[in-house]
Amino acid sequence: MGRSVPRREGAAKVTGAARYTDDIAVPGAWYGKTVRSTIPRGTLRSITLDPAFDWSRVVVVTADDIPGDNVVQLIRDDQPVLAPNGGEIRHKEEPVLLLAAADRATLEEAGSHIRIEYEPAEPVYEIAQATHVFSTVEITKGDGEAAERTADLVVEREFRVGLQEQLYIEPQGAIAMPWRESAAGSRDPGVTVIGSLQCPYYVHRALKRALQLTDEATVVIQAETGGGFGGKEEYPSIVAIHAALLARKAGRPVRLIYDRHEDLSATTKRHPGVIRHRTGVKQDGTLVFQDIEIVLDGGAYCTLTPVVLSRAAIHAAGPYSCPNVRIRARAVATNTPPNGAFRGFGAPQSLFAAELMVEHVAERLGVSGVDLRRKWMLRLGDTTATGQVLSESVGSELVLDVALKAAPHVGTSARRHVRRGRGLSLVFHGSGFTGSGEKKLQGTIGFEALADGTFRILTASTEIGQGTKTIFCQLAADALGVGLEKVVLAPQDTSLVPDSGPTVASRTAMIVGRLVQEAATEIRERLKREKPPLRVEKSYIQPDTIHWDETTYRGDAYPVYAWACTIVDVEVDMATGEVRVTDLVTAVDCGKALHPVMAAGQIEGGSLQAVGWATIEEIKMKDGGYQNDRLATYLIPTALDAPRIRTILVENPYSRGPFGAKGIGELPMDGPAPAIIAAIHNATGVWLDEIPATPEKVLAACASR
Amino acid sequence: MHDVTYLRPTSLKDAVQLYRKTPGCRPLAGGTDLMVMLHAGTLRPEPRAILDLWSIPELKGVRRTQGLLEIGAAESYTGIIRAREAQEHVPALVAAARTIGAAQIQNRGTLGGNLANASPAGDTLPVLLAYDAVVVTDRRSIPIDQFFTGYRRTALQPDELIVAVRIPLGRRVLFRKVGTRAAQAISKVVVAVSRSPARVAIGSVAEVTIRARRAESALERHDIEGAIAAVAGDIRPIDDVRSTASYRAAVTQNVLRELLDASARS
Amino acid sequence: MRFTLNGTTVSLDVVGTRRLLDVLREDLHLTGTKEGCGEGECGACSVLIDGEVVDSCLIAVGQVEGREVTTVEGLADGGRLTALQQAFIEYGAAQCGICTPGMLLAAHVLLEGSSRLTADEVREGLAGNLCRCTGYTKIIEAVLSCTT
Repeated sequence: MGRSVPRREGAAKVTGAARYTDDIAVPGAWYGKTVRSTIPRGTLRSITLDPAFDWSRVVVVTADDIPGDNVVQLIRDDQPVLAPNGGEIRHKEEPVLLLAAADRATLEEAGSHIRIEYEPAEPVYEIAQATHVFSTVEITKGDGEAAERTADLVVEREFRVGLQEQLYIEPQGAIAMPWRESAAGSRDPGVTVIGSLQCPYYVHRALKRALQLTDEATVVIQAETGGGFGGKEEYPSIVAIHAALLARKAGRPVRLIYDRHEDLSATTKRHPGVIRHRTGVKQDGTLVFQDIEIVLDGGAYCTLTPVVLSRAAIHAAGPYSCPNVRIRARAVATNTPPNGAFRGFGAPQSLFAAELMVEHVAERLGVSGVDLRRKWMLRLGDTTATGQVLSESVGSELVLDVALKAAPHVGTSARRHVRRGRGLSLVFHGSGFTGSGEKKLQGTIGFEALADGTFRILTASTEIGQGTKTIFCQLAADALGVGLEKVVLAPQDTSLVPDSGPTVASRTAMIVGRLVQEAATEIRERLKREKPPLRVEKSYIQPDTIHWDETTYRGDAYPVYAWACTIVDVEVDMATGEVRVTDLVTAVDCGKALHPVMAAGQIEGGSLQAVGWATIEEIKMKDGGYQNDRLATYLIPTALDAPRIRTILVENPYSRGPFGAKGIGELPMDGPAPAIIAAIHNATGVWLDEIPATPEKVLAACASR
Repeated sequence: MHDVTYLRPTSLKDAVQLYRKTPGCRPLAGGTDLMVMLHAGTLRPEPRAILDLWSIPELKGVRRTQGLLEIGAAESYTGIIRAREAQEHVPALVAAARTIGAAQIQNRGTLGGNLANASPAGDTLPVLLAYDAVVVTDRRSIPIDQFFTGYRRTALQPDELIVAVRIPLGRRVLFRKVGTRAAQAISKVVVAVSRSPARVAIGSVAEVTIRARRAESALERHDIEGAIAAVAGDIRPIDDVRSTASYRAAVTQNVLRELLDASARS
Repeated sequence: MRFTLNGTTVSLDVVGTRRLLDVLREDLHLTGTKEGCGEGECGACSVLIDGEVVDSCLIAVGQVEGREVTTVEGLADGGRLTALQQAFIEYGAAQCGICTPGMLLAAHVLLEGSSRLTADEVREGLAGNLCRCTGYTKIIEAVLSCTT
């Protein structure tokens, strides 16, 4: 462990041999297409198929063709698979009808012969106008009102964060077959879906519900997946159900592969939101109270919004120790496409505000942000906003010191009109599911010692680029004391592997990885007495030291936290407002780096996503739809835009993680944005309260100063 | 799109003839814009034939002739960037070409395509205006300031092909593109300036790439502050997905100042 | 029409305006070339034509008549990975892997053009290939490791 061995599927990926969903040839498959609403809100009045068109060449699926519940199974039952006739349309691009045909030309032609009539209703786009609330969270610690009277200074500020697209480079896609392939190769009744996805069992549950299928009859297989970042957590359920409905009606396989335009227009984004802070301090900087209000825009349907809101609220006070905290958070509905999971899952939004708040208070007090953070930061034994006592692996000061030491000297720019600046942030991120999430889920893996002396890991945890395949095999080989080549990972196929829980929430290496390690250790012991083949199953058992009260939001919100300090240097062009992030240094307390190259790869990739979110990734809305619905208009950083990134992995072991590891997949999304805004202030003297800090906003702010 | 005929002439003479006699024919060079629209089925009018000009030798090359630099209409931006004559005589055009897309686009994009598309955001167009380039077609020469006639409209006849671009030598032009990112960006504002003769050409601030005549008049009087003030009256920027009218207006003035400062310094 | 694909001559009867990308993936079953956007923004469909990197979604297949096309499948010599491919594995330059084929081809051209490259030159050379996983850091390291 701790060695950077070659990625398991590396050779397949560098030779073009790796098969992603659209690379898989399925004989006789038709092409599918989703027809979507063109209005943001209203009632679906009628669907008319042009009688002049030859519909015998095409399969048409409407809500009436759904054998089970017309619901995309997730948290709430509010999102239909297809809008029913006479039913409500809640957002633009809402799926209304499905088509399949033998070739794309027929499919496109059929699409132009359908007339859909709606009765429009007045849409709601603004958070302030929204009346429907998906969920609320309230966290209270101490007595803020009483404390307020003792504060010498109260600073108030409002922050806004924008939509962001995950922009996995492989768009969403699934191929459905109207049968279940048995081990013998025969075709049994059921449905098989191969797709680009993070969570095979989410898709499995959703298919069962909508198509009224048994566990056994439903098979979900993950193809090689070209990035997810949360975007392939819940949305693939919709793609899979649609493909399966078409395949069932067509009686043949159907490929439903989104192009980039459809993917950008219709799939989930990071929740935008407004965060208001009131922070009270003593003259000497002592933190007295934090009063925080968070409103996130969930879009038209609930998706994972309550869980996103929960993580946003729990991280809202930042990595600081405050005796009196009140956090009120709510997520509201608007008539825009639903927002959903995206790396960080609410924490980047609330930490953006929390970290900038430190800077504002420091400025008012006339002290440095670094000194104030040292005074405020959570240390071993301190208590978080939910009342969790941090009992181990608290890396706050460690990462701050390491990052400060590593950051290069800031020079001045040789270019006229260009000013340089530096900003810093300190963040923490809860590893694994919130509260009792892991306990409820009981993620399970299987582990086999085979007769030929090799070993097989059976897990539904997916490889989406982050290295699951490699790290699990390393963990197992290490625990077994065998060579890496002796261990393989079974395919992520629900007919073969148990439900290990979703591949989300920075939980895979830490929670599921630990199960792999335990299972391998147990097999090693048993092999001393027994002969292979052997098989064990391991499920997560929550340690009885972890207590969480879902109703009061008190207790141990996460088993442990990962910590990061990020320092960025920017150049601001005063003539154009363009912001270039030139350098990014980040020190990360990851517990233990199981695979240093992959761990650093996670940090670097996440950091650049955060740089994009903070600077150029902008979505403008028009009539409830996204104007930036192509890659020519939704811009992410290129290699020329990316800063020089330096990652320092700080090891600070966590007793229950495998070899001490903590989850770090999401952490890098949290720190860069507030650091960049602080750096822009350092360069220009202007505080922005909103991201993305587009050149338009920077220039306007500098001009009005 | 499957019934589109693909035509691949091997000489300019054949290309000109084919273009004249084939109805609904659309020229194709590097394909960086056309192929996107062809695949999406958004070309209007829908073409019945595609005339591939990419491999015609007469449309390639960068050469110096009688005080002019002549660049083939189907020469790639990469070809221009690498051409010693271009680096020496039209460095602003080389600089503009280097801001277009990235390697993949520079290997396929052409001046002929940029001109024929007549996008108001065309990255080379302000530079060509500042150089007083001449668009050479199969039948005549069109001064570039008469070439753009409206939003994505040009002075070309329906069967007229762009053959080359001629640029007079000995002029110093400065250029700056403001996009959202460092590569693969469509411009929000793109400015090219010549001090003598006075030329101020700007893209992405009106329905066509424009010469800022008021600013130029001020510049002729060596009134730099006047030129910066006057340019506000030359442009007609709009709000769109890429930027805002107010940003474009402010940045046009700021960049013009920067380029004029740089021009004065050197 | 005929062209050379990864060193072998292929003859095809296809409509000349079809995208090279589709002909490679659908007719020739070379699925290493990926479609990420269909408009020349992401570079996932990068291939080489006569040694120059292009987006195959922007190429009409008729345009490669008589030319040499190289896809990711043509990089490794008979199953033997190139130094660049090995470096991509070793340095962690491939995460999800979907941008990797295009990235490798763009990097291959850079290294063919010059054996001495600065990090900034590598960044410029790869600016037409979007990656969402790596922050480009390990990709740049991998390419630089192949320079002298």
